[in-house]
Amino acid sequence: MSIQVRFFASLRERLNQPDTQVPAQAVQTVLDIWQQVTGESQLPANVLIAVNMEYVDAAHAVNDGDEVAFFPPVTGG
Amino acid sequence: MRISITSDPIEPWTLLHEFEQQSHLQQGKFGATAVFIGTMRDINEQQQVSSMTLEHYPGMTEKFLQTLADEALQKWQLQDVLIVHRVGQVAPADTIVVVAVWSAHRAHAYEANRHIMEALKSRAPFWKKEQLANGELRWVEKNTPGTV
Repeated sequence: MSIQVRFFASLRERLNQPDTQVPAQAVQTVLDIWQQVTGESQLPANVLIAVNMEYVDAAHAVNDGDEVAFFPPVTGG
Repeated sequence: MRISITSDPIEPWTLLHEFEQQSHLQQGKFGATAVFIGTMRDINEQQQVSSMTLEHYPGMTEKFLQTLADEALQKWQLQDVLIVHRVGQVAPADTIVVVAVWSAHRAHAYEANRHIMEALKSRAPFWKKEQLANGELRWVEKNTPGTV
């Protein structure tokens, strides 16, 4: 009963936070996960969020088995 | 349609030639091919760049590009779409991205190609980390504007 949490690129380096898991019963939204894993109360405005590989906002509800990813602005192409 | 993310070098003209041969495209049916090729430069923010590492989000990046191509095929009159993007270690002059679309007429080809490229730049999960000539490593923080 857990949620997979992933960080990418400069955000992963800034937080020094490897991919991790959080118990599903401990969180309701993406913001809850951010606070629990990083210890930061606010989600920085430029951080992008995906749940199960689709863009969402911080209020998005999370469920057991979800994959939640946090990453900085994208710079491909 | 082909969506591909590769750590191998991309030779764009060979890629396009081979794709036209292998895809379902029929010679004589398309009148417009719009191609965008993105190439790594050796300077950024007034500093010499010696190499770059491209990171992506395996699974999400492919899914995003697939959706982008599907939507373009719905919105414009296209006969085929090709999106190929490099990841891993790249050097100046290496091809980073190729976006190509085939249509009967140029209006659809131009518009669709630009739309795909701008959406890729602003939303597809890729990140660039530069190694400068002085040895410093730095993440690229934002893209340049897509319009002049």
